[in-house]
Amino acid sequence: MKIRNLLLTAAGMAVCAVGIMESKIAAAEQFFPMLVYRTGPYAPNGIPVANGFRDYYTMINARDGGINGVKVSFEECETKYNTKLGVECYEKLKGKGATLFNPYSTGITYQLIPKARVDKIPILSMGYGRTAAADGRVFQWTFNFPTTYWSQASTFVKYVATQEGGLDKLNGVHIAHIYHNSAYGKEANPTLDALSEKYGYKLTKIAVDHPGQEQKAAWLQVRRKRPDWIFMSGWGVMNQVAIKEAVSTGFPMDHFVGNWWSGSEADTVPAGDGAFGYKSAALHGTGTDWPVIQDIIKHVYGGDMALAAENKVGEVLYNRAVLNGMFGIEAVRTAQGKYGNKQMTGEQVRWGLENLDISNAKLKALGMEGFTQPFKVSCKDHETGGPVAFQQWTGKGWQFVSDWITPITEVVRPMVEEAAAAYAKENKITPVNCG
Amino acid sequence: MFYREAGQFKNTYHADQAIFPIIQDRWFMALVLLVAFVVIPLWANEYWFQAVLIPLYIYAIAAIGLNILTGYAGQVSLGTGAFMAIGAYATYKLCTAFPDLNILIVFVISGFFAAGVGIVFGIPSLRIKGFYLAVATLAAQFFILWLFNKVGWFYNNNPSGTITAPPRELFGIMITGPEAHALTRYYVSLGFLSVMALAAKNLVRGRVGRSWMAIRDMDIAAEIIGIEPLKTKLMAFAISSFYCGVAGALFIFCWLGSAETEAFDIFLSFQIMFMIIIGGLGSIMGSIMGAAFITLLPIFLTNVPPMIGIPIATDLSKHIEEIIFGVLIVFFLIAEPHGLARLWQIAKEKLRQWPFPY
Amino acid sequence: MEFMENVFVLPFLDIADSPVFFLEVIISGLLSGVMYSLVALGFVLIFKASGVFNFAQGAMVLFAALTLVGLMEQGVPVVIAILLTALLMVVLAILIEHMMLRHLVNQEGIILFMATIGLNFILEGVGQIAWGSDVKKLDIGIPDQSFEYAGMLFNTLDLSAALIAAIMVTTLALFFQYTGTGRALRAVADDHQAALSVGIPLKSIWIIVWSVAGLVALVAGILWGTKVGVQFSLVLIALKALPVLILGGFTSVPGAIIGGLIIGVGEKVVEVYWGPAFGGAIEGWFAYMLALAFLMFRPQGLFGEKIIERV
Repeated sequence: MKIRNLLLTAAGMAVCAVGIMESKIAAAEQFFPMLVYRTGPYAPNGIPVANGFRDYYTMINARDGGINGVKVSFEECETKYNTKLGVECYEKLKGKGATLFNPYSTGITYQLIPKARVDKIPILSMGYGRTAAADGRVFQWTFNFPTTYWSQASTFVKYVATQEGGLDKLNGVHIAHIYHNSAYGKEANPTLDALSEKYGYKLTKIAVDHPGQEQKAAWLQVRRKRPDWIFMSGWGVMNQVAIKEAVSTGFPMDHFVGNWWSGSEADTVPAGDGAFGYKSAALHGTGTDWPVIQDIIKHVYGGDMALAAENKVGEVLYNRAVLNGMFGIEAVRTAQGKYGNKQMTGEQVRWGLENLDISNAKLKALGMEGFTQPFKVSCKDHETGGPVAFQQWTGKGWQFVSDWITPITEVVRPMVEEAAAAYAKENKITPVNCG
Repeated sequence: MFYREAGQFKNTYHADQAIFPIIQDRWFMALVLLVAFVVIPLWANEYWFQAVLIPLYIYAIAAIGLNILTGYAGQVSLGTGAFMAIGAYATYKLCTAFPDLNILIVFVISGFFAAGVGIVFGIPSLRIKGFYLAVATLAAQFFILWLFNKVGWFYNNNPSGTITAPPRELFGIMITGPEAHALTRYYVSLGFLSVMALAAKNLVRGRVGRSWMAIRDMDIAAEIIGIEPLKTKLMAFAISSFYCGVAGALFIFCWLGSAETEAFDIFLSFQIMFMIIIGGLGSIMGSIMGAAFITLLPIFLTNVPPMIGIPIATDLSKHIEEIIFGVLIVFFLIAEPHGLARLWQIAKEKLRQWPFPY
Repeated sequence: MEFMENVFVLPFLDIADSPVFFLEVIISGLLSGVMYSLVALGFVLIFKASGVFNFAQGAMVLFAALTLVGLMEQGVPVVIAILLTALLMVVLAILIEHMMLRHLVNQEGIILFMATIGLNFILEGVGQIAWGSDVKKLDIGIPDQSFEYAGMLFNTLDLSAALIAAIMVTTLALFFQYTGTGRALRAVADDHQAALSVGIPLKSIWIIVWSVAGLVALVAGILWGTKVGVQFSLVLIALKALPVLILGGFTSVPGAIIGGLIIGVGEKVVEVYWGPAFGGAIEGWFAYMLALAFLMFRPQGLFGEKIIERV
């Protein structure tokens, strides 16, 4: 019975203790919330992303002393890639003065998009989330530049065309789309369908059930239908298994192309030597030979390369987070250009995002020349239709194997506007006039 | 466990049949309701509403639903997530097809949809028993989510494949959608929980509840004394699914705002099951306490280290939190295998004739 | 109409069209089925001997695989690393018995089930604190190559897995059937109190069973880890074992194997030939529907002990 009494007291104490846990961030700091997943099934992808953000922010403070003198502060909150935990994190970090969210999870992005408008905190879902958010007139508070899933699918088709000898040669080519059977995985389907009608390639869609450790059936279908090219929209363990299965099926790896969430070190390393030649879409360069990454190694790791490598510096997802971190910082800087060099609010950061102009000169100043391509956001276009490059796994790292390919905007953009209009109607949103 | 409380003696049948025969219980319930309806809204901020209280109430409704099925009628179910999904998707379809329909009524109608599907997947329970019965509800879990994911009609063919709570108002107050104030959504979930918990409490005290328990304790014996297994089991499935359906509708429309089918995956089903085991099988109060334990404890554990000023890496603190959570579950089960509800009962027995334990 | 044709005509034409490929699908199904059985086996052992549905089996697979790969990364040779991990699984079994099971003797199944959920959280946490959450490549020298034979594609890893599973199952079946410990195990499964009263040492029996389940988890972890890389997702393969378990019966070792084979073949054939008609990814729920269909005829699972009801 003793243990029971103990329990009752403990329960009482716990209830009292919960009552005290709110605090605010000190003024004159630009606070960046970080929704991370360093644990759980998607941790292999989440760890480099979280490190990239953390290191970029730290480096900005160490090298520049903040953004125009305003220190950058940040706090991590673990979501385990779980939408429900994401809610708790969002509310907690919102209360600490968040002015911009990078959710890094499809589910959490969907969940935050309607809230952004009300809470006046913009969302930057860089290359993921809801594609229709590219229409800035409906999704005023959501940004998905430099490009989206639908644009990406169109660049993949164009890439296949360059390999086959031109868009007119696509007729009769057989492309298979292997996708994670979820909202995310299905994103590319409408674009691939539309382009299949336009260019006459044959399209086979093969769904893989979540989480995707067992894909024998999918690859048996590949074996039977023998497509010429495979495009994959996978995430987490599904990628690793798919690459392994492709190897054992004997599919030519240089005709197997992942989207940009299916092409990182975590995906190829477990497959070993077989993964050589595997390709994926890319938004940015990899490796450490970029001035910005060198700055991080110098200012954050004190030049310790081994420690940096341990923290995934230079890996695909790490560099993506650095790029994403840069967008956030530059949005604040842009906003400061209008509102003065002080701490920005959510609305001001939104203005900064909408007027963000990443020019070549700016990239050079940031140490990212050639790392990614320039673009300019506008009120109407939150995506910018930025170009996509394709990279290939060499066993040690990734190498660009294509030029920067621009999306087929004339096909994608009308689809985006149609989807955005449907969303606006359903949710009674009046599109803003972008003049 | 079903016996009459002793220690405070009644001299009318009416008093003896009260929901809360113990005076302290009545005071306690009044106090809880007062706190929930008046004190908390005065004091809580948006973090508390959105991250703690609203999900707690919604999980509690689902847990009551599962407890009716598993705790009272003895039928194991791992399909709670799917039945919640039916409620959510039915609400979405109904309120986009009939924008003028009263949203609260839509929630209830969606519950009936879930109940209908629940009956279908309950039919195998007449033949399959125990852990094996889990297969029927697991089939429901995987099949229904696959269906909602695959068939565009369920999410109005929008290309992202998700459902979003559209703004709906009642008497000029926003109930759902992003503009709905957290306080409104709090009251809606709390209102549903109070009404449904009361209904469940009365249901299980009455003829229906007793026939469920008879089936649970030994179905052949129950059949012999004249309880129809078909009717009783299917009714348990229907009512349980109704509760889950309403909880699912609130889950999207009063809490998450927008979600894809993955929000209702099998881990949600497991989570609700943890709640009723920790809270106590066959207890309405236990369902609510279990929901509180499973939702509040992790949040509490996450927020303790920064609160007392210990900086730990995010991943390490999450792992430690998991370990503590696991240890506490085992510890509670060893201390009291019948759940929090039993602990609560022991506390009551001690306090009934305070200061003398009865 | 087109749909009807896709369901009732085309698949059969496809099969008739290329019987060799159909055979390949069946063999792939059998091989995947063996991989499911490996995980299901761990559940069966524990359920058989202690009536516990061990939710933590998936976490045990992860824990074993993480430890093995972690030791190998420290430079420990493969054989020693496997032995050390096996030893650790035994120690774990002893700890579980001492800290948990001992205090829950004669409780209902569902309470024990919940306790293993607590265990699941603990194992996940400890494993990841010790070895990190990153994905790791596991290579203990099982060849992983493909070759074509008679127009069909085979993978040496799959074949080795099938062989290992076959050896393991035979050993376990013999152990349960013919040794004194095996008989005692079956007695414990029937009734804790009765077993205790006839002098069966409950505690040591439990340690043995959890150790064996730990070793099965290690083998499953090695094979699955080689296949998909060692990472947190290994926990989720427990879900793949659920329909197998239900179909085969919770208490039957051969049931876990036959169940695995039936589910493996069934889901592959259905996904490959009928999947396109339904839009794909139907194997997930099909496995449960298949198990459900079987259970309607045999409610105790294919090989489960017959349920006799008395009043």
